[in-house]
Amino acid sequence: MNNPTFTLDGKTIPFTEGQTIIQAAIAASVYIPHLCFNPEFKAHGSCKLCTVKANGRKTASCTAQPQPDMIVESNIQELNDERRALLQMLFVEGNHFCPSCEMSGQCQLQATAYELNMMSPHFDHFFPDRPLDASHPEYLLDFNRCILCSLCVQASRDVDGKNVFALAGRGINSHLIVNASQLAETGFSGDDKAAHVCPVGVILKKRVGFVVPVGQRKYDLLPISALAKGD
Amino acid sequence: MVSQVSTHAGYLDDILARHHHRTNQLLQVLIEAQAHYGYIHTSAIDYLSLQLQLPRAQIEGVASFYSFLYLQPHGDYRVLFSDNITDRMLGNMDLMLSLCKQLWVEPGKISEDGLLFVSTTSCTGMCDQGPALLINNIAINQLTGERINEICVLIRERVPLLEWPAEYFEIADNIRRSDILLGSNFQSGRSLTALLQRGTAETLQQIKVSRLRGRGGAGFSTGMKWELCQAATGREHFVVCNADEGEPGTFKDRVLLNRYADMVFEGMTLCARIIGAKRGFLYLRGEYRYLLEPLLSVLQGRREKNLLGTSILGNNDFNFDIEIHLGAGAYVCGEESALIESLEGHRGTPRNRPPFPVTHGYLNQPTVVNNVETFAATCLIAQNGGAWYAGIGTDTSSGSKILSVSGDCERPGLYEYPFGVTVAQVLSDCGAKDTQAVQISGPSGVCIAAGEFQRRIAFDDIPTAGAFMVFDQSRDMFEVARNFVHFFAHESCGFCTPCRVGTSLLSNMMDKLSQGHGSACDLVEIEKLNLLLQSTSHCGLGHSACNPVLDTIAKFKPAYDIRLTHKEFTPAFDLDSALSQARQMTGRDDAGAHLRECE
Ligand SMILES: Cc1cc2nc3c(=O)[nH]c(=O)nc-3n(C[C@H](O)[C@H](O)[C@H](O)COP(=O)(O)O)c2cc1C
Ligand code: SF4
Ligand code: SF4
Ligand code: FES
Repeated sequence: MNNPTFTLDGKTIPFTEGQTIIQAAIAASVYIPHLCFNPEFKAHGSCKLCTVKANGRKTASCTAQPQPDMIVESNIQELNDERRALLQMLFVEGNHFCPSCEMSGQCQLQATAYELNMMSPHFDHFFPDRPLDASHPEYLLDFNRCILCSLCVQASRDVDGKNVFALAGRGINSHLIVNASQLAETGFSGDDKAAHVCPVGVILKKRVGFVVPVGQRKYDLLPISALAKGD
Repeated sequence: MVSQVSTHAGYLDDILARHHHRTNQLLQVLIEAQAHYGYIHTSAIDYLSLQLQLPRAQIEGVASFYSFLYLQPHGDYRVLFSDNITDRMLGNMDLMLSLCKQLWVEPGKISEDGLLFVSTTSCTGMCDQGPALLINNIAINQLTGERINEICVLIRERVPLLEWPAEYFEIADNIRRSDILLGSNFQSGRSLTALLQRGTAETLQQIKVSRLRGRGGAGFSTGMKWELCQAATGREHFVVCNADEGEPGTFKDRVLLNRYADMVFEGMTLCARIIGAKRGFLYLRGEYRYLLEPLLSVLQGRREKNLLGTSILGNNDFNFDIEIHLGAGAYVCGEESALIESLEGHRGTPRNRPPFPVTHGYLNQPTVVNNVETFAATCLIAQNGGAWYAGIGTDTSSGSKILSVSGDCERPGLYEYPFGVTVAQVLSDCGAKDTQAVQISGPSGVCIAAGEFQRRIAFDDIPTAGAFMVFDQSRDMFEVARNFVHFFAHESCGFCTPCRVGTSLLSNMMDKLSQGHGSACDLVEIEKLNLLLQSTSHCGLGHSACNPVLDTIAKFKPAYDIRLTHKEFTPAFDLDSALSQARQMTGRDDAGAHLRECE
């Protein structure tokens, strides 16, 4: 039997039972902008970048499942305008000084902003006060850039079995915490999955700054839409 | 030293034992633990982490989600002024400032001697008898300047709360108009007897025939919800009563639980029999903590009458009991999936749906979540039949609705009407004069202006969870909307980007307008934000967060126009307010310390 299909921006996409819209799209090499989704983990559904119109209704494509013959729109101006506004929100709520950030050129937030032609932050900056955690000998946490995707929380809990990270606070005061007064006192190690999942520049290896020169970095070479069959 | 883990074992062991060391009870454990020092000590978290085998970050993550839990010392007296618009209209801000001045403390801060903490909190559900406050989570209403002076003396002299005058803590029911529910002469057990005589299938049929729809806001068919849950497969089924009642201006569930708790519990028991549940929960908002002991004794009374517990009314296949869980200051926990997360001892973040609670609720098992009033109404249907109930109200909206009336009227309180009553009728009954607007169903509902008072309370006209706040001609509708916007920003759970950031952006914009720095561009921005919140937010809170602003822009535009001092450009940076820290440090606030003419 043939798999059921839906159409995504006019293209026919096959899917299997249990797949979400974004999973089916990635399998068919179609890019839907996303940040908190990582194909290796259970969808969090929080950033809302992946919002699509499914049969006319807006829904997060990383959590919604397609129906046979569903008509899904993603790469349309209305949605891209909204995605740009969501990106601008993420930029102003944290402190993102891209030119001095070690992740510049390999950061999904920055790359997605380029992809969607975000030219300015538009909203007033919040300039939150978020101290760094440099306690660990090999790793640095720069919370200024956290977008609360919870990937590190999931990775540490479900893959590393360590529970190094957790979300705390509420509303605009939501923030990431570690499972001790500072990172050095947790069992965190550079071999952890959690050390390698952050889509932005929070969890950084020390003393390897600018090993790959700017201009030759991941998203300097190809836009995220060309690379992102998921990452 | 309280920092020794062993110091904490002393009281925590008792609490943990009472909760059987179950991790699902984490929130309940934290609420009780806080009672000990008025905050949750770091070492207490370490001890709980050890005993419950939960990462300490998870415990801290949960505790820091709820407004009423503190991780740092917060004074011996924690005074939170209810800050609904109705409290504001009754002068709560002046009262708070008076208290702060007398006790030498700044709002939002702990006094230097560690004696007290003063701040505001979202509506405490006492709008018919405000201004109101919570002191160490206990409600005091009908505040006056005089009462505040007395309270200052009691605090300064460190008089324990138990010795404060009892009349401070009196809470009135204020039932002004009764209909089928408030006027029913409910007798415990009668609905259950009717159910047992009629059989579960036929009783469910009667609920469907009654066309009862949920009273918590969304208006889903109760019969259908129960049927879906009954049909869902799972290890165990659960019944949950949503008594979070956080929507500002709503207080009918408080009165139902104070006076009609037996009926509410009986409704839950009917549901349990129909869907096949053995356990139920009532999720009681932290603001109604004072109702806990009375409710527990109603439950005990029902057990003694064999209306709860094992072999209910002699049927050995009918076993059901109810636990009460407390909230701790989080409006979003009224959203059913967030409520379930909270019941499980987690942060109150709404889940990804589908699946819905009817199939995957508490512990991922089939669960019915209904509002307090919905459960009470099912008792009437069990006793009098579905057709009788369906005959009351209108075609789309059967039965009655209890409204919580507050604001500018002579007789605030509860008014129960058959569905279909006009806004004008309610206004006339409560003695409202010169009415400019009514906010129906709270900040997430609709704002109705004078030309629309012939509209009706019904699902197909004005649906409502119950709030009915009246504003007369003297009120500034911009300030009403601004208060509501601050409410949403304070209560956003922070999970999704649009609501977490958007509600804060929106409150900043409203503050900017109120300080006279707004321009027409800001109104355009507000409309854009609204569309974004409506279309991309994760739950109803984000979807409705812009409603108050859009409604008031549409209906009370002049209230905005007078604030648009700058017609074209938008000064984002306010030089004068940038000097506020300098003013504070020098203790100056005179004209010379301001830069008005530089705007
Ligand atoms: C932000 C938010 C807050 C809510 N608060 C409440 C509440 O306090 N009480 C309530 O019964 N329903 C509340 N609801 C609605 C519940 O999600 C749910 O629909 C309701 O409890 C179902 O019961 P019903 O069918 O009897 O109305 C809220 C919904 C949202 C989105
Ligand atoms: S640190 Fe990185 S991975 Fe963790 S929540 Fe923040 S953005 Fe996500
Ligand atoms: S809409 Fe607001 S309250 Fe609802 S999930 Fe998103 S952040 Fe939380
Ligand atoms: S990628 Fe779907 S919500 Fe973030």
